[in-house]
Amino acid sequence: MARSASSARAALRNLLPRLVLSPSVALIAIFVYGFIAFTSYLSFSDSRMLPSYGWVGLSNYEKLFSLRTWDIALNNLAVFGILYIAICCVLGLMLAILLDQRIRAEGFIRTIYLYPMALSFIVTGVAWKWFLDPGIGLEAVMHDWGWTSFKFDWIKNRDMAIYTVVIAAVWQTSGFVMATFLAGLRGIDAEMLRAAEVDGASTFALYRRIVIPQLRPAFLSAFVVLAHMAIKSYDLVVALTNGGPGTATEVPATFMYSYTFTRNQMGIGAASAEIMLLTIAAVIVPYLWSELREKR
Amino acid sequence: MGFLDIDNVTKSYGSVQVLNSTQIEVEEGEFLVLVGPSGCGKSTLLNMIAGLEKVSDGEIRINGTRVNEVRPADRNIAMVFQSYALYPNMTVRGNISFGMEMHGVPKPEREAKIAEVAELLQITHLLDRKPGQLSGGQRQRVAMGRALTRYPDVFLFDEPLSNLDAKLRVDMRTEIKKLHQKLGTTIVYVTHDQIEALTLSTRIAVMFGGDVQQLGTPQEIYDNPANMFVAGFMGSPAMNLLPARLLRQDGVMCAGLKLADGSEVLLPFPRAEGLDRYAGREIVLGIRPEAMTDPEGADRDSPALAQVDLPVDVVEPAGSDTFVTVSLGGRDAIGRFRAHTQARAGHPARFAFDMAKAVAFDPKTEARLA
Amino acid sequence: MSIPLSFGRISLYLLLGLFCIYYLLPLYVMVANSLKPLDEITSGGMMALPSDWTLAPWRSAWSEAQVGVEATGLRPYFTNSLVMVVPAVMITTLMGALNGYVLTKWRFRGDTLIFGLILFGCFIPFQIVLIPMARTLGLLGLSGTVPGLVFVHVIYGISFSTLYFRNYYAAFPTELVRAAEIDGAGFFTIFRRILLPNSGPIAVVCVIWLFTNIWNDFLFGASFSDFDSQPMTVALNNLVQSSTGVKEYNVHFAGAIMAALPTLFVYVVAGRFFVRGLMTGSVKG
Repeated sequence: MARSASSARAALRNLLPRLVLSPSVALIAIFVYGFIAFTSYLSFSDSRMLPSYGWVGLSNYEKLFSLRTWDIALNNLAVFGILYIAICCVLGLMLAILLDQRIRAEGFIRTIYLYPMALSFIVTGVAWKWFLDPGIGLEAVMHDWGWTSFKFDWIKNRDMAIYTVVIAAVWQTSGFVMATFLAGLRGIDAEMLRAAEVDGASTFALYRRIVIPQLRPAFLSAFVVLAHMAIKSYDLVVALTNGGPGTATEVPATFMYSYTFTRNQMGIGAASAEIMLLTIAAVIVPYLWSELREKR
Repeated sequence: MGFLDIDNVTKSYGSVQVLNSTQIEVEEGEFLVLVGPSGCGKSTLLNMIAGLEKVSDGEIRINGTRVNEVRPADRNIAMVFQSYALYPNMTVRGNISFGMEMHGVPKPEREAKIAEVAELLQITHLLDRKPGQLSGGQRQRVAMGRALTRYPDVFLFDEPLSNLDAKLRVDMRTEIKKLHQKLGTTIVYVTHDQIEALTLSTRIAVMFGGDVQQLGTPQEIYDNPANMFVAGFMGSPAMNLLPARLLRQDGVMCAGLKLADGSEVLLPFPRAEGLDRYAGREIVLGIRPEAMTDPEGADRDSPALAQVDLPVDVVEPAGSDTFVTVSLGGRDAIGRFRAHTQARAGHPARFAFDMAKAVAFDPKTEARLA
Repeated sequence: MSIPLSFGRISLYLLLGLFCIYYLLPLYVMVANSLKPLDEITSGGMMALPSDWTLAPWRSAWSEAQVGVEATGLRPYFTNSLVMVVPAVMITTLMGALNGYVLTKWRFRGDTLIFGLILFGCFIPFQIVLIPMARTLGLLGLSGTVPGLVFVHVIYGISFSTLYFRNYYAAFPTELVRAAEIDGAGFFTIFRRILLPNSGPIAVVCVIWLFTNIWNDFLFGASFSDFDSQPMTVALNNLVQSSTGVKEYNVHFAGAIMAALPTLFVYVVAGRFFVRGLMTGSVKG
C-alpha cells in the first residue's frame, strides 16, 4: 500500500513538468492552431454576418480575387512592403555604420533614433497625419514661410497616399533596423578588422568586402521582422489614412477587417486572412525551421 | 556485497549505449576514483549513482537497498559539482543551509551544523558573502561544506578540481584526502586527471569507451596495467610502449628492440619466462621512464637490471629530473635520468633498464601478457 | 584615443545631427502644438513654438473632449488600458517563466517541437483569429469587457514570454538545478528559490516588451471592446477620426502624447532592456 502510494507520487513527480506546460500548450493549440483551422473552414463557407457552415468550396477565394479593392490592397502591400523593407535596411545600415565610427554621445544618439519604436502606430499615425496634411502641416508651413509654390499633398492624393504610409512606417522602425545592424557590427571580430587594415584595405573596402558580408544574419532577422510587420500592418494605415482617400491605401489587413466586421462578408474576410497567413508562413516557417535545427 | 553496489549497470540514449554493463562493488569508507578521457562514461555513471540520470539496465544499491527509483534527495548522498553549482542569489550560509532546510532540519540545528562545517573548512569568515564574491578555492570549500552537512552515505565528486589553477588544485587535493581520512565516508570521485586518481584513491576504475578497463588499487594499476590503454593513460610522462620481439637467447627470455641504425639491442626479460608460445613473435614492451635511467640512479636491488649504451636524441632538463629521449623499436622512448646527468644529445649514454618492472602486451588485443 | 576633428568627422556629426532632427521632428510637432491654441496651428504655424502657451488642449484631451457618446476625455480609456495591461503582463510573464523552466530544465522527448509550435504564435497575423475569438469571447461572456482583452493578450503573449525565458534559462547552469534536486528541493521549490531569484534581467525585458506591445495594441482593442472598455489607442483614434465638429489638432496632439507617455517613459528609464527585448524578439529561437 505504502509502496503504491509512493510510486503514484513518483509518477506525479515525473509528470509534473509536462502538467505545468500543458495549459499553455492547450491554449496555443486551441487559440492559435484551432482558430486557424476554424478560419480556414469559414473561408470555404457561406458565412456572411455570422459564421455559417454551408460549404461553398473555393468561391470565396474566387470572389476575393475578382474584387478591385483586394487587387488594390495586394498592390499596395507589394509597393509598401518592398519600399518599406528596402528603405529601412538601407537607412538602418547607413546609420549603423555612421554610429560605428567611435562617435561621442553614441548612446544618446541611438536613443533618439530608436525611440519611435516605443510608440504606438496610432500615435505615429496621428503625428504624421497632421504633419503631412496640406491644410495645416508641412505645405502650410512652407507657404507661411514664403515658399508659396511648395506643394506636398501626397496624403490627399490617390496615387501618392501609399507612400506617406511608407514614410511614417520607415520613421517608426528604421531605428530598430539600425540597432540590429549595430549589434551585428559589434559582433565582428575586431582582430580581423585590424588584420584587414594591416593588409591595406581602405575603410570603404573594409565595409564592402569584409564587414557587410558578415552582417548576413542581421539582414536576415531584420528582413523577417520587417516582412511580417508589413503584412500585419493595420494600425498605422487606420490612423494615418484610414484606407483612403477612397480605397487608395487599402491593405490586406484593413480589407480583412472591413469585409468581416462592417460589410458582413465574413467568408471573404476569412479567405483574405488565410492569404495573409500563408504569405507570412512562407517567410517565417523556413526561417524558424533553420533556426531551431541549428540550435539542436 | 559492497556498501555501494553497481550491479550490471548500463546506460543508453536511444540506440546508443554510452555505458556498457558495469560491475563495481565499493566497500564502506573506500575512496573510488573513476578516471578516463571525456566521453568514457564516468560522469554518466556518477550521475546514475546520484539519481540525476535514469539507469537503463541493472541495479544500483546503497547499503543493500535498491535505489534505481529513489529520487536524488532521498538517496542520502551528497554531491560536489565541477562548477560548484553554488546558488548565486544566496549567501554562503544560505547555500550550506538550503539542503537541510529542504529536509526539514529545524533552524537551531541548522545553525549549529553550519558553524561546525564552516569551522572544519575554515570558511567561517565567508558565511555572509555571496558566491560571486569568492575566489575559486573558496567556492570549492563552500561546495564541499554544503555536501558535508548531510552526513551522507556516499559522497560524489564530479571533477571538483578542474576549474582551479594548478597550485590550488594540489592544495585542495590534499585537503580532500585529509577530509576523507578524518570522516571516513565512502567517496566516488570522477576526474580525467590521472594524478588525482593515483594520489587520492584507495581504488581506481580506469574507464574508456563505456567500459571499465581496469579496477584496482593505484599500485596495481600503475605497476601492472591491464592493457595498453591503461598503461598509456596512467602515469606522466606516459609508459613507453615499444614494438619489440620476444626471443630466447642462451636460455634466457629477452626482448629485442630495434635501434635507429637498424641494429637490435637485447634486454633479458625474466617476467616473460612463461611466454614461450610468444617466442619469436612481436610484442609491445611497456616500460616506465623511471625504469629506464642512468646506472647511478637505478634501483640496485632490482633482480633484472640491464645496462646498454644508446645514442641520445634529445635531453630535456626538468629541474629534479632530466628526460632523455632515444629511439627504440621505431618509437621515441623517454628515460628519466638524475638532474645532473652527463648525457648529451647526439652522443651515446649508458641506460640501465629495470626489466623487473617492464611489462609485455599483445599488439593485437592490447592486453597485458606479462 | 581621441580622433582629430577633420572635415570628414565634422560632416559625419552633421549627418548624424540631421537624422536626430528627422527622428525628433514629429515629437516636437506633437509637443509644441499641444501647447498652443488651435488658431495658431490653422494659420500655418505648426513649426513655430507657441506664442500663447496654454495647457487647455491637455485638459480637454484628458477630461473634456468628446470621445464616445459622452464628453469624458481620454481619462477613462487611459484607466482601461492600465487595468488591462497590468494583469495581462503579470500572468503572461509568469506563464512564460514556467514554460521556459520546463522546456530547458525538465526536457522531454519532443520538447523542441512543442517550443517550435508555441513560437509560431509570435508570427501569425492576428486577423486569422479575429472571427473565432469574437465568438469565443461571446460564449465565455467576456465580449466587450476589459477581462476579455486581458484574456486575449495573455494567450497571444505566451509565445513571446516563453521565447524570452526559454532562451534565458537555456544559458542558466543546469548543475544548479541538479544540486538543488540533491538538496531535496522539488519542482516548484527549485523554480521559486533558485530560478526566479536569478531571473531579474529577463523578467524586466519580458515585462517591458509585453507592456509596450499590449499598451500599443490597436487591433484587439478595436475588435473586442465596447465603448466603455476601449483601450487608449482605440479611444485616441476615435478622437482623431471623429468627423463631427471642428478638428482640434492641439487636442489630438495632447491625446497622442498621453497615449505615448507610458511606453516612452519605460523606454527612457529602461532603454537598455527595451533594446534587448527587441533583439531577442527579432532573433527568434
